[in-house]
Amino acid sequence: MIPVAFDYQRATSVDDAIAKLTASGGKAIAGGHSLVPLMKLRLSEPGTLVDISKIPGLSGVKEAGGKIEIGATTTHAEIAGSKLLRDKCPILAEAAAEIGDPQVRNRGTIGGSLAHADPASDLPAVAIALDADIQIKGRSGARTVKAAAFFRGFYDVDLAAGELIVAVHVTPVRSAAYAKLHQRASHYAIVGAAVALDVKGGVIQSARVGLTGATTHAIRLAGVEKALAGKKADGVAAAVASAAGEAGDLNADLHASADYRKAMIPVFVKRAVERALARG
Amino acid sequence: MTTSAPVLPKLIGERVKRREDPRLVRGLGTYVDDLKVTGMRHVAFKRSDIAHGTIRKIDTSAAEKMDGVEAVFTGADIAKILAPMPIGTPFPSPPHYAVAADTVRYAGEPVALVVAADRYVAKDAADAIVVTYDPLPVVVDPEAAMEGKPGVIHKDFPNNLAVALVPSGTGVAPDFSKIDNTAVDKAFAEAEVKISQRMVNHRLVPNAMEPRGVLAHWEPGKETMTIWSSTQNPHILKTMIAAMNGLGQHQVRAIAPEVGGGFGAKINIYAEEYVCSVVSKKLGIPVKWIEDRTEAFVATTHGRDIIGYVDIAARKDGKVLGLKMRLIADIGAYNMLLTAAVPTLTMLMANGTYDIPAIRTTLTEVFTNKTPTDAYRGAGRPEATYFVERAMDMLARELNMDPAELRRKNFIKPNQFPYQTQMGAVYDSGDYEKTLDVALKAANWKGLIAERDKARKEGRLVGLGLAFYVEVCGLGPSSSLPTGGWEHGQVTIERDGRITATTGASPHGQGNETTFAQMLADQFSVPFEHVTILHGDTGIVKQGIGTFGSRSQAVAGTALHLAGAKVKKKMAQFAAAMLEASEDDIVFENGTIGVKGAPAKAKPFAAIAGYAYVPVPLPQGMEPGLSDEAFFEPANNTYPFGCHISMLEIDRETGEPTLVKLIAVDDAGNLINPLIVEGQIHGGLAQGIGQAMIEEAVYNDEGQLMTGSFMDYAMPRATDFPRFEMASTVTPTPVNPFGAKGVGEAGTLGSTPCIVSAAVDALSPFGVKHIDMMLRPEKLWKIINGGGRS
Ligand SMILES: Cc1cc2nc3c(=O)[nH]c(=O)nc-3n(C[C@H](O)[C@H](O)[C@H](O)COP(=O)(O)OP(=O)(O)OC[C@H]3O[C@@H](n4cnc5c(N)ncnc54)[C@H](O)[C@@H]3O)c2cc1C
Repeated sequence: MIPVAFDYQRATSVDDAIAKLTASGGKAIAGGHSLVPLMKLRLSEPGTLVDISKIPGLSGVKEAGGKIEIGATTTHAEIAGSKLLRDKCPILAEAAAEIGDPQVRNRGTIGGSLAHADPASDLPAVAIALDADIQIKGRSGARTVKAAAFFRGFYDVDLAAGELIVAVHVTPVRSAAYAKLHQRASHYAIVGAAVALDVKGGVIQSARVGLTGATTHAIRLAGVEKALAGKKADGVAAAVASAAGEAGDLNADLHASADYRKAMIPVFVKRAVERALARG
Repeated sequence: MTTSAPVLPKLIGERVKRREDPRLVRGLGTYVDDLKVTGMRHVAFKRSDIAHGTIRKIDTSAAEKMDGVEAVFTGADIAKILAPMPIGTPFPSPPHYAVAADTVRYAGEPVALVVAADRYVAKDAADAIVVTYDPLPVVVDPEAAMEGKPGVIHKDFPNNLAVALVPSGTGVAPDFSKIDNTAVDKAFAEAEVKISQRMVNHRLVPNAMEPRGVLAHWEPGKETMTIWSSTQNPHILKTMIAAMNGLGQHQVRAIAPEVGGGFGAKINIYAEEYVCSVVSKKLGIPVKWIEDRTEAFVATTHGRDIIGYVDIAARKDGKVLGLKMRLIADIGAYNMLLTAAVPTLTMLMANGTYDIPAIRTTLTEVFTNKTPTDAYRGAGRPEATYFVERAMDMLARELNMDPAELRRKNFIKPNQFPYQTQMGAVYDSGDYEKTLDVALKAANWKGLIAERDKARKEGRLVGLGLAFYVEVCGLGPSSSLPTGGWEHGQVTIERDGRITATTGASPHGQGNETTFAQMLADQFSVPFEHVTILHGDTGIVKQGIGTFGSRSQAVAGTALHLAGAKVKKKMAQFAAAMLEASEDDIVFENGTIGVKGAPAKAKPFAAIAGYAYVPVPLPQGMEPGLSDEAFFEPANNTYPFGCHISMLEIDRETGEPTLVKLIAVDDAGNLINPLIVEGQIHGGLAQGIGQAMIEEAVYNDEGQLMTGSFMDYAMPRATDFPRFEMASTVTPTPVNPFGAKGVGEAGTLGSTPCIVSAAVDALSPFGVKHIDMMLRPEKLWKIINGGGRS
C-alpha cells in the first residue's frame, strides 16, 4: 500500500498535458481510482504523474448540435447527477450511478474509465451501445474513434503513448438502459449489459448492445442486435438467447464461474432491453 | 422573581449521545499513526509470499545499502533477542517465532524487517530483500490436514492436530477421566426423528477500520519502555512486553490511544508489537510500524472457520432428546493468544437456549497454512448458535412444525434458572418465551408467513428465518481467564468537584466514556459534563484486563461503581463534618451535598470537594483527599439472549439474495444507554449479515488469500441492509448490581442463522435442506437450476 517514489506535475491545458506526458514518459492521472490502487500495490510504477483533473474546460456535460459532449474529466457523480443526461440519455446517468460507491463516483472520471478499460467496468458497454465517438488528442493532432473499435483486448485500447481522451460524444437516446449484476465487494460488473433501441409503436427497429464484465474487454453483440430488430416485448427473451454464445470465451473468477456468466448474459441483456422498451 | 436550579435528570437508561463521536467524526482523534516521538524511525516487514516453505537464503545486502536504512533484521537476528511468542491458553503449542527463523507457514508471515528514516524508504528496502524458499506441501483443507495430508506443518504435531479430539458434555467428567455414552446413545436410540448435517461456519477477516500500529520507545536513560499500540487490552500488552523484554512490569507503560475498532482481533499480542519493542531496546531509538490494509488482510488474525458435524435427535412432537456436535476448527498456522480457546466457547454454548437432556460435543483444532485465527466478534458463540439454530430449523422443517413453536417447546423455562447446562455453564437468568413472543409480535410473524405464501404463489422465492441465541458475556470469574477475570476502576473527585475516573476496560467503539460517565453522574448527582472517563494508558489506569467478551459494562462498570461508592462514603464524611450533621443524613442531590430535611444547609458539591483537599480542620481520623479504587470480580458470567427474524427474497433468474426484513429482539438485561446498545447491535448485525451474505475469506490451493483486498472481500455497507427493526426485553442478571449483561457481540449471533434459514426456506420448493454460507448468488442459482443441493 506504499507506492514507489514518483514525480507529480499538474497540467494546465490539454496541450500542456500532452507535452508533459511526452517529456516525462509518465502517466496521466484523472480520478486516480484505477491508477492509484495499482500504484499502491506496486503493480504500476510510473515515474511521473501528470494530473489532468484540473484542466479548465475538460470536464462537464453539454449539448451541441443534437449531440451531447461529456468532457474526459467529468466524474461519475456529475454524470449520474446531470439533468441533461437524465432527461435525454438516461442510460449514462443510470450506469454512472451504479459505479462502485460514492467515493469512487466522486473521483473517478469517464475518460479514466474508458482509457483504463477494466474488463468489468460499466461505461465501456454504455459507450458501445450509444455508438459513442471517443475524441482523442495527441502530439500529432486530434482523432475520433468509435467506441466499439476503441476497446481492443484485455486492458488494451486504441490509445498511443502520450495521447489523451478529451471528450466523449453521444447522440442521445432515451430508450436505452443498463442492467448489471454487481460484484458485491467492488460493485464492478460481473455481467453488465447496455442496450440502446430505436422503437416505433412498440416494435424494435434497430438495437445496439454492449456487454461488459463477461469477456476480456467490453464488446458489441451484433448478432443479438440483429435478432432484436423487428421484435416486440414478447419476442425479447428469444432474441437474446444467443447472447452468451456470441460473447465467446467467458471470464471466470472467484465471484462467478464462466457457466454462471453464460447464464447471466441473456438475463441482463433482456433486462436492459425491457427497461429500454419501457422508456419508449 | 426566584429561580430554582435546574434539576439534573437521571441518566442511567437514557439515550445520551456518545461524547466520543464529535472528536472522531471530525478527524480529531489521535491514533497511533498520528504520534511522533523525536528520533523515531520506521519499520517495514518483509513477508512471505508463499504459504509453506523453508527459507534457504535471505539476501539483505541491497536493502542495507539503501539511503536512509538504519538496520535490517532477519528472523535469525530477531531470534537472538526475542524468544518464541507465548500464548494465553493451556494447550500445547509449537514454537512461534515473531519473525520466521527457518520455515514460513502462511503467506504474510514476517521473514525480515527494515528500520529506516521514513515509511517509504522502509518499504522500498523491504521490497529489496530477496528470499529464496524451498517450498513444502501446502495444507489448506483442514479435514485432509487431520490425516497429515498433504504434509505436516509442525513436527511435534502429527496429523496437524493442535488440539486432538476433546470431548465435552453429558457423561464426560470435567477431567476427562470418565466418558459415559449411555445417555447420549439412549437419546439417539429413542429418537423418532434424527437429522445429520455438516455445516461450515466459514473464515472471516475482521477488518477494523483502523489497521494495527505500534510505536515502541525504549528510553535507555530511564530504562523504561513506552509502547503505544492499537490494542484492546493495554494492560495485557504491558505484562507481555515486560516479560518478553526481560523487564519488570514497573518499567513498561502501554498506551492504547484512539483505537479504530478491534472486533476481537486486537486482543492478541502480535509479533509486530514484540519486535518493535526489542528493536527499540536494541537500537536505543523509538520505532514505529503501521500496518497497511494489504498486510491487515493476512497479518491480523482471522475469525471463525469451524466445521460442525451436527446430529440432532427428537421425538415427533418436537421434543429434542439429544444433540451431537463434532467440531473441526481450522486455526491456521499457529496458536495465538486465545486461538485454541475460541472453539471451546462453541462447545460451551452447545445447549443454546434449550433444555436438552443429552449433549456430546467433540473438538479438534487443526493447523493449516493460513493466517492464524483468534477471537472475532462473538468468538465461538456465533458458531455454536449457528450450528444449533440451523439444526433446530432443519428439525422444524422435517417435522413440518413452526420454527418458533419448536423452540418454545424446548426452551429452558424461567423457573429453571440459574440453569446448569450439559456443557458446564450456569446460565444466570432468562425468560426466553417472553422474548420469543415479543419478537413474533414485533415481526408480525403470522403476517410474514401469509406474505411469504402469497409471494410464493406469484412464483417469487421468498423465505423466512427465525433464530434464538444465548451468549456468554461479562467474562468473567478469574477461573475462566488466564489473565484474571476482574476489572479495575478508580474514581477521583478533583479539588474543583469535577470527577476523573479510570477504567481498566479499553474501549475502542463501545462508548464507555459516555456510559460510565452516565453512571457516575447519577451516583454523585452531578452534571454529566463534570465526569471524565480515562482509559487505555497503564501509566494512568493502575490495573486492568481490557475490552473483550462483552464485559465492559458488567465487570468494569461495576468496578467503577464500587470505587465510586467508596469515594462517596468518604465525601459524605467530609460533608457531615462541614455541615455538622450525621453521615447517615447526608444527601447528594442536584449538584449539591446537603442534609436530609434541611435543604437550606446544602453546599455545592465543589465546596465539599475543596474542603476535602484543604481540610481545615481535618476531621478526626480522616485522611485528606477524595480518591479510591475497586476491583470487581463477578461470581459468574452473564448470559444475554435474543431472537432474530428475517425475510429474504431470492431472484429466481440470478440467485441474488436480498434481505427484505430483519427484526432483532435482544435481552441484555438492564440498559445504561439504549442508544449505544442499539448501535452495538447494529454493528453486530452488520457483521452477522455480512457473514451470511457477502463476506468470505477464500484461500486457493496454494494457500493464497484470494480475497485479500476490499475489491474482492465484501465489507457490508448501509445499502446492503433493510432498516433494522429492533425491540428489547429486560431480564436483569443477578451477577452485578446494575443487572446489565453485555451486548457488544450479540448482533452477530442471531442474524447469521436466521438469514441462512430464510434462504433455505425460500429455496425449499427445490428440495434444499441446508445451504452453507455465504449466500453466493451463483450457489443459489445452481440450487434453483437443480444442482448443488445438500
Ligand atoms: C473501490 C472501487 C470500486 C469501483 N467500482 C467500479 C464499478 O462498479 N464500475 C466501474 O466501471 N468502475 C469502478 N471503479 C473504477 C472507477 O470507475 C475508476 O474511476 C475508473 O475506472 C478510472 O477513472 P479515473 O478517473 O479514476 O482514472 P485514473 O485512475 O486516474 O486513471 C486510470 C488510467 O487511465 C488513464 N487515463 C485517465 N484519464 C485519461 C484520459 N483522459 N485520457 C487517457 N488516459 C487517461 C490513466 O493514465 C490511467 O492509466 C471502481 C474503483 C474503485 C477504486
